[in-house]
Amino acid sequence: MTAKNQRLTLVLLALAAVAAAALLALSALGDQAAFFYAPSDVARNGLPLGKAVRLGGMVEAGSVRRAADGVTVHFVVTDGRATTPVTFAGIVPDLFREKSGVVAEGQFRPDGAFVATNLLAKHDEKYMPPELAGKMHETKTLEQ
Amino acid sequence: MKRPLPWLPLIGFLVLLAVVAAGLFRPADRVVHSQLVGKPLPDFTLQPLIPGRPGLSRATLTGQGPRLLNVFASWCIPCIAEAPQLLRLKAAGVPIDAIAIRDTAVDVRRFLERNGDPYQRIGDDRDSAVQLSLGSSGVPETFLIDGQGRVVRQYVGDIRPDDVDGLIADWKALK
Amino acid sequence: MIAEAGLAALWIAAALAALQLALAALGLVRPAAPELSAAVRPVAIVQGVLAAAAMLLLIAVFQQSDMSVKLVAENSHSAKPWIYKIAGAWGNHEGSMLLWVTILGLAGGAVALFERQLDERTAIATLGAQAAIALGFYAFLLLASNPFARLYPAPTEGAGLNPLLQDPGLAFHPPTLYAGYVGLSVAFSFAVGALVTRDVEREFARAMRPWVLGAWIFLTIGITAGSYWAYYELGWGGWWFWDPVENASLMPWLAATALLHSVTVLATRDGLRAWTVMLAVVAFSMSMIGTFLVRSGILTSVHAFAVDPRRGAFILALLAIYIGGALTLFALRVGTVRQGRTFELVSREGGLVANNLLLSVILGIVLIGTLYPIVAAGFGVQLSVGPPFFNKAAGPIALLLVAIMGVGPLLRWRRDDLSALAERITWPLVATGVAFVVALLAAMPIGVLPLLGLSLAAGLAVASVAPLWGRNLRRTPLFTWGMVIAHLGIAVSLAGMACDAAFTAERLVALAPGQATRVGPWRVTLDGISPVVADNWSALQARLTVERDEGVRRLYPQSRTFSDPPTTTSESAIATVADGQLYTVLGQPDGQGRWQLRLWWKPFVTLIWAGGALIALGGALSLAGRLMRRRQEAVA
Repeated sequence: MTAKNQRLTLVLLALAAVAAAALLALSALGDQAAFFYAPSDVARNGLPLGKAVRLGGMVEAGSVRRAADGVTVHFVVTDGRATTPVTFAGIVPDLFREKSGVVAEGQFRPDGAFVATNLLAKHDEKYMPPELAGKMHETKTLEQ
Repeated sequence: MKRPLPWLPLIGFLVLLAVVAAGLFRPADRVVHSQLVGKPLPDFTLQPLIPGRPGLSRATLTGQGPRLLNVFASWCIPCIAEAPQLLRLKAAGVPIDAIAIRDTAVDVRRFLERNGDPYQRIGDDRDSAVQLSLGSSGVPETFLIDGQGRVVRQYVGDIRPDDVDGLIADWKALK
Repeated sequence: MIAEAGLAALWIAAALAALQLALAALGLVRPAAPELSAAVRPVAIVQGVLAAAAMLLLIAVFQQSDMSVKLVAENSHSAKPWIYKIAGAWGNHEGSMLLWVTILGLAGGAVALFERQLDERTAIATLGAQAAIALGFYAFLLLASNPFARLYPAPTEGAGLNPLLQDPGLAFHPPTLYAGYVGLSVAFSFAVGALVTRDVEREFARAMRPWVLGAWIFLTIGITAGSYWAYYELGWGGWWFWDPVENASLMPWLAATALLHSVTVLATRDGLRAWTVMLAVVAFSMSMIGTFLVRSGILTSVHAFAVDPRRGAFILALLAIYIGGALTLFALRVGTVRQGRTFELVSREGGLVANNLLLSVILGIVLIGTLYPIVAAGFGVQLSVGPPFFNKAAGPIALLLVAIMGVGPLLRWRRDDLSALAERITWPLVATGVAFVVALLAAMPIGVLPLLGLSLAAGLAVASVAPLWGRNLRRTPLFTWGMVIAHLGIAVSLAGMACDAAFTAERLVALAPGQATRVGPWRVTLDGISPVVADNWSALQARLTVERDEGVRRLYPQSRTFSDPPTTTSESAIATVADGQLYTVLGQPDGQGRWQLRLWWKPFVTLIWAGGALIALGGALSLAGRLMRRRQEAVA
């Protein structure tokens, strides 16, 4: 193989690899990037079904109910204009309480309810954008 | 350029840099803003935290002319940083009330002894409930309240020396 | 006074860096005046010593709990155990930047002291580049992030340290990781130096290789330890969250791994010259992007008081100057780098090129996923890119990379024959097939990625020891052992990841004291809940009895509340057995006398970190082998 040929082959391979990566990344981003919704966004634009999203708002006063199994909670998230019922099975964060801010990660069901796989409660030692609020942020600030 | 290929990495990097710079310098609205700006305060009552200093409620913030409501905590370092600015505001005649977040009387008293005491009333918000109902997600935050108990503005973060004159002007405009 | 002495040391070190840069530049322009070049090395050494002195002085300030220093007041507390006072010195933005610069200075000093193999002109240019980097970061520290700034009036007590940081493993995690990040600056400076003197030769690659290996070992240890820390400290049962902080350490590691392999091609076969130089630039660029854009919180914090807006601009300018400058130099000079030797596609070089391409692709995916939310936020869209994206996009490519890793070391340099290769990879292929069938039969239902992961891990384990077959093990060079063990470590780690993904049993229950539940082969009984108090925290502690065939153990997961600052954390309790770990987390009371418990049985999860340790050990053996070979050559 001559030098020129080899260089050409390597460049072509590299370009193919980069293109493949870009395609893979973009297709996965389309499916998997979790957009941030407030209840009124959903009321306005319809349900984002079939993909992971984040739902943010306040936990409505008097809406938190614990199921009999002791690990499932039901509550309502509001942004002042619209509300969304949320179900979550797991250990809720310490700062989760009524009338406080919350970001729920999970999926919408066709009936408009939200099934959360993770809850992030805002904590107030430092400010942070809503999508980074919660425990994960503490790990982010650890070794700044 | 006869050989464009070697420049590709540089171009790629510059594009990345430009995009990141655009993201960084564009004042992206990512802060949790209070829904209350332009609306009346929610109904709340906070007990006094330190003896001799009255507590705080919706009623005490209504009908008394425009004033500032400062959300602070003794364990918060930016609150120490903004203390001199609050004292300047007090000296300029701006009445300031405070909500102390997750705090104790002993700590707050020590904080005020060291950093000055600009407050007329201090409410005890042990579990952040009122803070959160105000739509405040951190300390310090300061709300400008008009004479009718409506939130006019929300200042997020510590008040810096160059913010003081603007704040006084905002307050005077409401009088 | 100590703080002022530290600040003075920093200023003098910055001045020395400027002097070092000027001397190196003059020395290169005027070869007739060798005394200029001769002065570069001593200056570099003194500069490193001064930077280290500044770091030690900052530690001393923390040790004394001098609350008049702003950094101490914000991040420490007099009631803290002394070891965390030391760690507090770098557990914050300013201190960690100082640590970064200290390691940068020490690395430059080490190059000046030990690097005698490189062509002298290239060595001087390298030290000049190192000084240029250091100068920018000294300026950043002194002008925008002064760690020694005073606070008036001094508070009586500090604000404390993030309780998650109060862990001995984590306290010493940043220095390890930083040694890796900043070690890559040496490779960067070598590349810039070689571009300046147009001297990209085999000698250059041989000189650079130990430095890259050293940095890579630190990175490997740092990532492995960080993963284990996140696993047991966060209480979420996961070992990798694709958090920007984690990605910030993974990206330089991927680039350094690629560089490690391409530098071997350059050193052994004199090929891939331009590509190796490029990778050296990219590796340290990833360190800088990771540290400054991601870890520093510059892009994730929105508040002016959290981050001085000048810092963001400063850092972007530094990145533009260093990365942009190096890439411009590359574009200008790469045409004058002679073409290296050629090779056939089916050859060891070909395998290493494939390794490099795939690693670069993974790197690109991680970079896109990490920066995408930041970019989107700039355009007013809020989104987050989580584990599903990374797993879906990077997972298949990583498995392909593992497959090639099995084949690569069995290829001959320059040219190989496909049928001969087929013979060599028979046994690894058999191992892969057997593992595939066994996993499919024994562990249905199993996901596609875990299934492929388990099969490929088995194949790679066999393939990675294959280079030792038929060799006299005593006469096998240490660096060959290093490669075998590092590749074996990848197989072990991959097996652990696949087992965790495929076989983990999870249980979330609410138990009253006296009640029991089952998770996997374990029976877990909640005996009771009691309060525990320590110096700066109090906790609720669950007493659990966990039983399996071979016996009974007790575990004590806690929910801890720290007083300064007020924060709550979960302390998981873990039972480690030969075939995995039982992981327990205490949740909250449900209001009716029951307590939430989260339990995981994770078979063979420990292999993940054991593999990481093997990888680092392989790197260390390789480094020892290279250094010994170098000494022998020097003697001969």
